[in-house]
Amino acid sequence: MSWTRIRWATRWAVLVAGVAGWQLWASRAGSSFFPPPSKIVARMYHLWFSGPVAHVFLTSDAIGNILPSLGRIFAGLAIATAIGVPLGIALGRSPAVTAYLNPLLQFARALPVVTMAPVFIVLFKIGTQMEVATIAFGTVWPILLNTIDGAASVDPVQLETARAFRLSRWERLVMVIVPASLPKAFAGFRLSLSLSLILMVFAELVGSSDGIGYEMGNATNSFDTTLLWSTIVLLGILGYLLNGLLSGAERRVLGWHSANRRD
Amino acid sequence: MLEITDLTKSYGRGPAAHTAIAGVNLSVAQGELVSIVGPSGCGKSTLLRCIAGLVHPTSGRVMLRGVPVDDVPDGLAVVLQDYGRSLYPWLSVRDNVAMPLRRTTRGRAPRRKAADAALAAVGLPDAGDKYQWQLSGGMQQRVAIARALACEPLLLLMDEPFGSVDAQTREDLEDLVLGIRRERDITILVVTHDIDESVYLGDRVIVLTAGPGRVRADLPVNLPAPRGQIETKELAEFVRLRTEVSRLVRSRDEREGVGQTTTAAADAHGPGPEVPASRQ
Repeated sequence: MSWTRIRWATRWAVLVAGVAGWQLWASRAGSSFFPPPSKIVARMYHLWFSGPVAHVFLTSDAIGNILPSLGRIFAGLAIATAIGVPLGIALGRSPAVTAYLNPLLQFARALPVVTMAPVFIVLFKIGTQMEVATIAFGTVWPILLNTIDGAASVDPVQLETARAFRLSRWERLVMVIVPASLPKAFAGFRLSLSLSLILMVFAELVGSSDGIGYEMGNATNSFDTTLLWSTIVLLGILGYLLNGLLSGAERRVLGWHSANRRD
Repeated sequence: MLEITDLTKSYGRGPAAHTAIAGVNLSVAQGELVSIVGPSGCGKSTLLRCIAGLVHPTSGRVMLRGVPVDDVPDGLAVVLQDYGRSLYPWLSVRDNVAMPLRRTTRGRAPRRKAADAALAAVGLPDAGDKYQWQLSGGMQQRVAIARALACEPLLLLMDEPFGSVDAQTREDLEDLVLGIRRERDITILVVTHDIDESVYLGDRVIVLTAGPGRVRADLPVNLPAPRGQIETKELAEFVRLRTEVSRLVRSRDEREGVGQTTTAAADAHGPGPEVPASRQ
């Protein structure tokens, strides 16, 4: 076994031992607030993952709650990216404008998104619209500010070289500034991704008729702690998977960047 | 080919202004390889950037083949010192070399072909699919040279091109430049702080004064061709020239007495500094 394999195995062994310890303790204590993992997993399986093969084993409850939540996350992040990246590059390349706008940006970023939810409830229809708006508003800042930083710190030698080889302004933007800003933009997107999960749950707790957050609210109201823990574990798994997806995308798009930094 | 008249460049305004070069006159004939040396801070890089049209001079002018330079002109390529920063790490080596061809060559396939030919010319025929981080410093600089050659420039400007590679690699790259120059009808300007390099490469060595830079001396280099790292550098003439250049670069105290060109150099070996005008 190579070292990486041993490390990998050790990591999983720690996780397994942790869960086993939890199982042992929870089944001994018999507390209704802390059900053992076996019960949680069984509940998750019955509730969400025991569906027909045609639905990739998803039950109707999963389709009715997990998919809308994921949809809102993607919609919110898509809007945040569509606004944050182009605006960030534009601002990053115009330091004067950014200097004027900076107080405003910092103020808007400092607003807790949670407090904006009532505003969004008034502005948009309660339900998906308001939830997507909350996620988009909350996640646009890390993307925007990081992209500004990335675009502002493009190596002047790279730009001068592009100019010396007579690339047009458009070519310099697409072929130099955008790729050079991408690593920072990705870093911002990573922050936004974990934020989006939090905001999704929050928005669905406030006003929704479906979604993981909605199920969580129901579980709390009906003192169904096993269901509550199931949604929490599900959120953890979703966060892990989404992060893994992003890392994969990052490796594809920014392979040059990590390889560059290694040496 | 290249005619520089009273070129002055100041940065900033008022009392904080910094004059990088003050009244540089220089003319370079077609096919010449001219080295430019000077103490650090003498405005060598500024001079090169003015010639490249990347920086607008405060006064004076640069004429390239009879046309004033006010933006980056056609038929010009540059190789900068920071090869690691001037190559684009997100592009393969081939795409890096092919990038400046977008303006001149239509179609991806012909551009790639031209890029591969340029890579072969600098001794990297198989590096096209690699990325910058897979190459050593010397190889990266070869790629930068290939990129400059790919667009078949008439004038090649090099700003301390071998400043950050080891001595052995540096000698290889110097010989590469001499080889390129033999094979192509190309005019080359090399800015360097290495005195041996300036003499070894140049047909002429231009020595600038400490900042603000002026032309202190214009020394013709009459070393036999083809030059070789060992054979050329052991010649008495080479040693004499490098000593001469070294003395000119170091003697800052004489600066006040020195005008546009030096007299010390002229005294030493006949027609020195004022010659270039007649070389056109």
